Amino acid sequence: MIPAEPTGPGVPAGPGLPPVEPGPPGQTAPPPDTELAELAGAVDEADDEEAAPVPDPEVAEAVLAPVASSVVGTPLLTVEDLRTYLATGHGVVRAVDGVSFGLAQAEVLGIVGESGCGKSVTCRTIMGLLPKSLAHSSGRVIYHPRGEASLLDASQNQWQELRGSQLAMIFQDPMTALNPVLTVGEQLLEAVNAHARLTRTEARARAVELLRRVGIPAPQRRMRDYPFQFSGGMLQRALIAIALASSPRLLLADEPTTSLDVIIQDQILSLLLELQQDTGMSMILVSHDLAVITEVCDRIIVMYAGQVVEEGRAATIITEPRHPYTRALLGALPQAGHQGELPSIPGHPPSLIDPPAGCRFAPRCPLVTDKCLTWETELLDTGGEHQARCWRHEEVARQGPAQQGTEVH
Amino acid sequence: MTTLLTASPSEVLYKAASKAAGRRRSVALRRLPLIIGLALLAIAILAITFAPLLTSAAPNQIDVLNPLAPPLTPGHLLGTDQFGRDVWSRILYGGRIDLAIAFGATSVTLVGGTIIGLVAGYFGGRIDNVLMRIVDLFFAFPFLVLIIAIIAMLGPSLLNIFLAIWITSWVAYARIMRAQVIVAKKQQYVLAARALGYSRTRVMLRHILPNTASAVIIFSMVDAIGNIALAAALGFLGLGVQPPTPEWGTMISDGQNYITTAWWLTLFPGLAIVFVGVAFSLIGDGLADVLRPGDR
Repeated sequence: MIPAEPTGPGVPAGPGLPPVEPGPPGQTAPPPDTELAELAGAVDEADDEEAAPVPDPEVAEAVLAPVASSVVGTPLLTVEDLRTYLATGHGVVRAVDGVSFGLAQAEVLGIVGESGCGKSVTCRTIMGLLPKSLAHSSGRVIYHPRGEASLLDASQNQWQELRGSQLAMIFQDPMTALNPVLTVGEQLLEAVNAHARLTRTEARARAVELLRRVGIPAPQRRMRDYPFQFSGGMLQRALIAIALASSPRLLLADEPTTSLDVIIQDQILSLLLELQQDTGMSMILVSHDLAVITEVCDRIIVMYAGQVVEEGRAATIITEPRHPYTRALLGALPQAGHQGELPSIPGHPPSLIDPPAGCRFAPRCPLVTDKCLTWETELLDTGGEHQARCWRHEEVARQGPAQQGTEVH
Repeated sequence: MTTLLTASPSEVLYKAASKAAGRRRSVALRRLPLIIGLALLAIAILAITFAPLLTSAAPNQIDVLNPLAPPLTPGHLLGTDQFGRDVWSRILYGGRIDLAIAFGATSVTLVGGTIIGLVAGYFGGRIDNVLMRIVDLFFAFPFLVLIIAIIAMLGPSLLNIFLAIWITSWVAYARIMRAQVIVAKKQQYVLAARALGYSRTRVMLRHILPNTASAVIIFSMVDAIGNIALAAALGFLGLGVQPPTPEWGTMISDGQNYITTAWWLTLFPGLAIVFVGVAFSLIGDGLADVLRPGDR
């Protein structure tokens, strides 16, 4: 379905193996020259052919076809020093302030952090959904199948081609994410037809198949229902079906389970993961719930006050957090058998209009020292593809995973 | 007290619920205004369409022997005017013009104003600013004065009445629509639609318009009455449709000199205006209930 990718820097690894980073996600370091050149050349050539026929119209019979043979390790998305400042009445909000990360094909990346730490703004910047009058962005967002040009410079028409067919997004509240005056079927058909030329029967068949695939019983009949006739969980399933209608290669899930109850949360997460594995698409899962993230993701980014404070493999982050914030988040997770009040992180996230100098977590950090208040923060390599924005990361690591629990899950 | 004690909780609950159920059934009654309004409008439209079948007299035909004949005079159901013209016939044929104004003027301003408001609200920024300042410009003048000025410039005729209304009254629609769109465009389904790569036109017309159009549609019914009244007022001022063409406002205006002696010259055209006005306002009410389920 997808033209052969340049077999990127990494070794084509098996699905279980660690994905190779597309480039050091550090703030400044660009990917090594050789890689870049190789990539640039190869991708540019592929780009022309790819531009038009990507949302393969023949998908009707191969609903949710796997992306090539899941070349794990091939970079799909690279975000370099992304900054998004929002112009508000109160001043300039530095919602995203120097975020860099890479995402490989078929990788699932988690972004976790408190409300207002820039997770959603990051996602919406990647999707180009923020109003230009409000949001000013710098840095680079590179969607590799499209070439080396940053998505931030894409025109309205380019965006319309990309969105839905290449990048898709699902939102927090399924109750409001569907148009209340159109039936679910109409909206699904619209999505199916948006990036493909299908006959009426083909489109309908694909729509029904999509609904069946996301686990909606009696899909033929449910197509005729209006959104208000669906339950929350079913709506989220329908939204997932709509997002996947054109077989995108990257799905951004912005708090997809936050408004659902715990049982449904689990079902939706399993469904997302299952679809991700079936199709080989990449996924960015945003949540404020570390438990949700660790369940699903290969790699985790912890964000605080618009910055990445820790990045690493999921297993490492929960067992060996290197940033006091991550550690505090882990400590605040509810544990079976725990009695009494849950520990919380004292204080509030800082104002992003006027963020504190030095480490932004310092005012709430139990390990704070004078150096923290003046330190030019940077992500420090802590070994094993792991980075933390804390100069005392070794001490944090020695303190163990979390204050109270032994293990998350 | 005893009844409270004897009634089991389930009975009490059942009674309360069945009362509520009764209220819900009466929701069907809420469609009544719409149905009655549409019926009245249908009667009016049928009457003016089949006017030749309902009266034998031509609207401008002068019955020299019978000027100012009272109603129920043989051959003149509603009497005649000072020239001996049949009032019933003039009301029927005059209705063609008044309803033409109601539909023709209102539909154009409805569509135009809605589109302008949609664009202004959706795009915001400079486009919004420019469009809304133009709207402000129109609102700065008294509406009737503006219309009279335009007609005075262009000369009184049916087409110029249309033009004057088209030029001036889209602004109300644009304002209402813009306010609705600004609310609607922040809804998540709009964001979701954009995230699926739909074009701006598609997002506006398919996702925002159906969710916002109810207010302007309801307003258009009120506006239609307003336009009939306006046409009548212009006719009354002599700026409307020119005699001898029958038109309700002109008829009232012509009849005012005889109001003490020949009341039928003013009463019946007035009742015709009221009839159509009631029809439109019932339709507007009914639509408000049907199109805005949230308000129930």
